[in-house]
Amino acid sequence: MSTFASTAPAAKTSGSSAAPARARSGTRRGLLRWLFVAPALAYMALFFGYPLIRNIVMSFQHYTPKTYFTGEAPFNGLDNWRAVFADELFAGSLWHTALFTLGSLLGQFTIGLALAVFFSRRFRLSGFVRAILLLPWLVPMVVSAVVWRRILDQDHGMLNSALHAVGLTEGGVPWLNSPGVALLSAVLVNIWIGIPFNMVILYGGLQEIPRELHEAASLDGASPWRTFRSVTLPMLRPVVTVVLVLGFMSTVKILDLILALTSGGPADSTQTLGTVTYQLSFLQLDFGQGAVVGNVLILISAVFAVLYLRANRADFGKGQ
Amino acid sequence: MNPNANRRRLRAAWNTTAALLILGVLLFPVYWMLNTALQPGSSVAATEWFPSSPSLENFGTAISSQGGSLLTSFVVALGAVAVCLALAAPAAYGLAQFGLRGGRGIVFTTLITQMVPGIVIANALYSAYAELGLINSYLGLILADASLGLPFAIVLLRAFMVSIPGEVVEAAMVDGANRFTAFVRIVLPMSRNALITAGLFTFLFAWSDFMFALTLNTTDDVKPITLGIYQFVGAHVSDWGAVMATAVLSAVPAAILLVVAQKYISAGITGGSIK
Repeated sequence: MSTFASTAPAAKTSGSSAAPARARSGTRRGLLRWLFVAPALAYMALFFGYPLIRNIVMSFQHYTPKTYFTGEAPFNGLDNWRAVFADELFAGSLWHTALFTLGSLLGQFTIGLALAVFFSRRFRLSGFVRAILLLPWLVPMVVSAVVWRRILDQDHGMLNSALHAVGLTEGGVPWLNSPGVALLSAVLVNIWIGIPFNMVILYGGLQEIPRELHEAASLDGASPWRTFRSVTLPMLRPVVTVVLVLGFMSTVKILDLILALTSGGPADSTQTLGTVTYQLSFLQLDFGQGAVVGNVLILISAVFAVLYLRANRADFGKGQ
Repeated sequence: MNPNANRRRLRAAWNTTAALLILGVLLFPVYWMLNTALQPGSSVAATEWFPSSPSLENFGTAISSQGGSLLTSFVVALGAVAVCLALAAPAAYGLAQFGLRGGRGIVFTTLITQMVPGIVIANALYSAYAELGLINSYLGLILADASLGLPFAIVLLRAFMVSIPGEVVEAAMVDGANRFTAFVRIVLPMSRNALITAGLFTFLFAWSDFMFALTLNTTDDVKPITLGIYQFVGAHVSDWGAVMATAVLSAVPAAILLVVAQKYISAGITGGSIK
């Protein structure tokens, strides 16, 4: 995002230079200009604005499967909120969401940064390999999850047979079948999916650091690690913030991956806010309680949206 | 040959080797998907490391059972691209060139919309769709999937259209064109590359969509491939060869995008990551 915002200088030039000439027939022309933007605005109001408001309203309504025949969903005050907050599943899902998100971000970011630094060296095939590495990010998430489900299968999975072949494990590891391991497996798969995204953005950030800075540091006798810590990381900080916040926003709401890997099981050990919302609304058909969890998800996202916008503030200043 | 150059060449060779090693490790699941898909014999428990006698048998099974879903995905994704570009192109032009009052706020809002969790949208859309009769319809899914690409398309196209000189359009208007025909005849052709990029990404987002496919359909009338493979795994978990062949087919658009839109992808990731 920041890339776009910062490549957009002087957006108003043509508009404002044209303005005085047309001031007289102004209002009609002004309205005509708005016609260009209006359809997209209407669509966004319907597909983003309306759901936000509707979710808040729904969270105070009592939905049952019957609602879809009768159309009646009476208001029930805070009943949905109380029911959701009293449910252990909600507390568990909140905790799993935190573990899943933080674990994923930590893994994706560390490996992504290491790869970005590695590919910043100039060598043959660097660009080619970097491009091909993007494939996991572009493949539909459900599809990746299905492939991993095969690899992680306890009895016939390739990972367990490989571990067995080199003598690391005796029996098969229950990657997806044991409550103690399943969430970790989901995190590992999501790290795999997220590495390309982190790598690409951090690589872009590294390219913008002037090479002379590194040369100067090495002339001063700084070790590569010291240079990385004292020159590269501080220069990279704005990009790091953006990567982490964007990563957070997309990870916290993940649904496809978990549904296709474990469906939230075993024993609800991989239930997250996203899967619980889905389960309450679309499996138990209690859209009111689903909306409550959805609102919690929005609230968490909103906090990080604010962080994101603060991180991007400089770019907005330059932009329009 | 001086020793320095030698050492540098050696180091470069090491780097290339390491890069290929990284590639091998990170892309192993993709290899495994292909490998499993190429090995016939549907209920074989242990997959061999290499497809010693590769066969396209699994792809035959995949197409006969999931071909319809692939077609559905294709239609829905193309529809989403059409809706998305029809809305985004004029809006991006308006925001880039008209200096509209409040334009900055709109760009800002566009960015924010990308942060609304999809499941929240689905939650509210379902009841609205139920009233409008849009559940289990192509139109309903197309309209919902267009939302995955719209904010990204607006931001990307706006960034491009900002650099179109206003005089070009002014000149066309002096010749008698109105603002709309000038937009269609001048601005759109000039923005061809940006439109293609935005379109490709919107296609990929819609093709990858699982959430709306899962929540806005209660029958199998409109079943995209993501939903197809999800149900396929649930029902035929023993026939992994066919499942993996389906997975390979559903990854084709990603592979095409990787080749066609190479240079735009990193920009796209930055902009589209928060879909």
